[in-house]
Amino acid sequence: MARYGMAIDTKKCVGCMDCVVACKTENNVPEGYNRDWITNETAGKFPALRQEIRTERCNQCDNPPCVYCCPTGASHISDTGGIVMIDKNKCIGCKACLAACPYNARFVHPEGFASKCTFCEQRVIQGEKPACVEVCPTYCMNFGDLDDPLSIVSQLISKRPNHALLPPAGTKPQIFYLT
Amino acid sequence: MNSLSRRKFLQISGSTFAAASAIGALGYAAKGSLALAEEKKESGIKKIPTYCNLCFWKCGAIAWLKDGQLWKITGNPLDPLSNGRLCPRGTGGIGTNTDPNRLKAPLIRTKKRGEDAWSVVTWDEALNYIAGKLNKIKSELGPESVALFSHGIGGNFIKHTFLAYGTPHIFAPSYAQCRGPRDVGFELTFGEGIGSPERTDIKNTRCMALIGSHLGENMHNSQVQELSVAVDNGASIIVVDPRFSIVAGKAKYYLPIKPGTDMALLLAWANVIIKEKKYDVEFVELYGLGFEQFAASVAQYTPEWAYTETGIEPQLIIETALELARNKPASFIHPGRHTTWYGDDTQRSRTIALVNALLGNWNHKGAFFKPVKLKVPSYPYPDYPESTRGRADNPGKKYPWAGEDEGLTNGIREATITGKPYPIKAWVTYSTNLINALPNQQETIKAIQNLDLMVAIDILPSEIAGWADVVLPEATYLERFDDLHSSPFTTPFLGIRQPAVKPPEDQKPGWWIAKKLADKLGLGQYFPWKDIEEYLKYRVESAGLSYDELKENGIILGEKLPNYVEEGLEQSFPTPSGKVEFYSPQLEEKGFPPIPVYTKHENPHDGYFRLLFGRTPVHTFSFTQSNPILQEMFEENEVWINADIAKSYNLKSGDYIKLKNQDGVVSNKLKVRATERIRTDCVYMVHGFGHQSKALKTTYNKGANDAQLVTKYKIDPIMGGTGMNVNFVTFIQEGV
Repeated sequence: MARYGMAIDTKKCVGCMDCVVACKTENNVPEGYNRDWITNETAGKFPALRQEIRTERCNQCDNPPCVYCCPTGASHISDTGGIVMIDKNKCIGCKACLAACPYNARFVHPEGFASKCTFCEQRVIQGEKPACVEVCPTYCMNFGDLDDPLSIVSQLISKRPNHALLPPAGTKPQIFYLT
Repeated sequence: MNSLSRRKFLQISGSTFAAASAIGALGYAAKGSLALAEEKKESGIKKIPTYCNLCFWKCGAIAWLKDGQLWKITGNPLDPLSNGRLCPRGTGGIGTNTDPNRLKAPLIRTKKRGEDAWSVVTWDEALNYIAGKLNKIKSELGPESVALFSHGIGGNFIKHTFLAYGTPHIFAPSYAQCRGPRDVGFELTFGEGIGSPERTDIKNTRCMALIGSHLGENMHNSQVQELSVAVDNGASIIVVDPRFSIVAGKAKYYLPIKPGTDMALLLAWANVIIKEKKYDVEFVELYGLGFEQFAASVAQYTPEWAYTETGIEPQLIIETALELARNKPASFIHPGRHTTWYGDDTQRSRTIALVNALLGNWNHKGAFFKPVKLKVPSYPYPDYPESTRGRADNPGKKYPWAGEDEGLTNGIREATITGKPYPIKAWVTYSTNLINALPNQQETIKAIQNLDLMVAIDILPSEIAGWADVVLPEATYLERFDDLHSSPFTTPFLGIRQPAVKPPEDQKPGWWIAKKLADKLGLGQYFPWKDIEEYLKYRVESAGLSYDELKENGIILGEKLPNYVEEGLEQSFPTPSGKVEFYSPQLEEKGFPPIPVYTKHENPHDGYFRLLFGRTPVHTFSFTQSNPILQEMFEENEVWINADIAKSYNLKSGDYIKLKNQDGVVSNKLKVRATERIRTDCVYMVHGFGHQSKALKTTYNKGANDAQLVTKYKIDPIMGGTGMNVNFVTFIQEGV
């Protein structure tokens, strides 16, 4: 089985939110909620500043606390490349997963179930890329199989300095930020 | 008639996109895009190629319908502008249709101007009313007493109606409030302008300097895509900006310049490049006119002198000048787009052009390419009546280089207020919110109060619509056909806009409004075609192309032509001298400095800050703030204040304040953004917010309006544009 992940080039990202907008329309994300978002970290004193811009979302963790804490089994690791999915029919909206996620990636959909980024599983199984990757005007987002050493994501991660988010949380995120 | 053709069209558009070359102009093999171009098997999915209208870039787009409802919009992989990827505004384009504030039916004012009291009328009533007034003005004062303000390609048909009516007065704020000085500065120097889309070859550059141009925040799609390629290629980026912009974070050199002193830096760059003999000697000798005089003149502008003006260390000025020179000819200073800043903008743009000339980069790879355009014959209309009366916006050609295609908006406003050189008695606006586009709102309102007729064609109840006597609701770009799109770019192309859905209420397409109005004005002979598709088909086929193919694919590409000297392009400079004019006999003849001379600008007094404004990637002008998708991304603007300054005023991010300008004008309240990312002598806000039209219910009063604070402006004596970065504001913290 593939292990899907992303390698996101923070040097190219301009934080334009196209990924957020594309996700909204592709996945019909309800008003007031987003499955992805932009973080802009600026450090230093004017004019000597450093800036890192990141497009963030569910990290599709290999060691996912949201799955372990789910009382109904709604949160699970999918057969599609290890994507963390939510079976909305099993979900009771108890919010345990919201509390367990160190990335604040989940929300309760107005219809009562937990929701979040799915790497656009419906597209991925058809051989397409997630909508955010496909739309990005800076081509800063790369999607692929982390277990395949020849995939674009594996190549970039091996060649470029990078970091994942909150490594001390021990969640083994599958999204890597190239710096 | 229209609905019949639409039905037919939907059948066609359900079929396969030709999976032609989907290798983008960037050289990316657009693998995902190829998949997009393939037939979707899902039932109920339809894809309609069109082109975007969320800004002036006009990217090729595909509207996706799911069970007859708009689902999403993606880029058309065949389109050289978008390479299959739209910017966030284009991606959120569906919000144009779902905007809850949309105009639904024609309206006629029932009380005096400025009061919100309207009657819903039929299209016949509205157009009869307008035609009656226009014909009266024509017979009593002449057709020149009418002005049309039109922004965007959608206005092509209404422009045609008013040219047929007999007025030369067609305007767009995109000239005198935006690009004008830049294009004049480059035309005076190289004989050619920069154009739109800009002819900048960012993807191949080795070094690019941006001056106040916040690429990545202004989302000019192709340029942002190319910026990413340049970053990947390790190009040196030099950012000159009082604010640490997004692109400053990607720059090798960031120059935190004091606002209003850009020309000092540019002249010092010229000084260094000449003094160190790092300019392109061959280019200058072969093509230059008056280089010796230019060199002698800039000898005074040393880096040490420039430091006192700009605050940029001499060493940094020298290093960046040499970085540009080292990478020539694949290095350039970006000419920017919104360049109406300080009233000497043509001379600043000319200085940018001249430093570029030192780099020998015109028509060279990695700097300025030669744009090419797919030529489509125009429709054979009768000749327009000729006016011999002279233009009212620029009487006596006071501003010798004022463009006539887009006119001087501020000039016609002045004529409307004074009645000189002759009275202007009707304004018609198409898709341009003059209240927020022109400086000094009170002058605009004063002019409107002098009119016998004010008409607004719009999709939203914008501020300018609120001042109109008649409001005509237009269908959105996803609901209408428009004119063909062929912009000069690297590859010639033709694009079509076609409707994906029907207008939900009584809104009509611009072409229909223009044709009906012409009929009512007795100008029916100017619209000999029965239906828009007859017009489009005629033009496409007279260019030797297939209309069916264009409808099916959305884009037809033309033959690739050389863009650079490196590809065999022959160098030419269509100035009067045929040379690159370092010394400008044209300017000299009209009494202007033939070589740019530095002028100092006024600085803010204590407790005041220069007001700067710009863009966010998710909004355009003042027409997208109520788009529900884009509003969610960015709901209200903030005022950026240097963190130390904010602290000294006891302000923190999230606090609400008001801004008061030098003339005592007070803004709506807006949030503070206390940040390291800006100098201490200026503040910054995103343009387009603080809507005062109550009918824009969902965005009314959200954020503050920079245009309201721009009461002061400095007119460029060469081309008549309005420099707007000359206003100073202070903070109001009490009772906000």
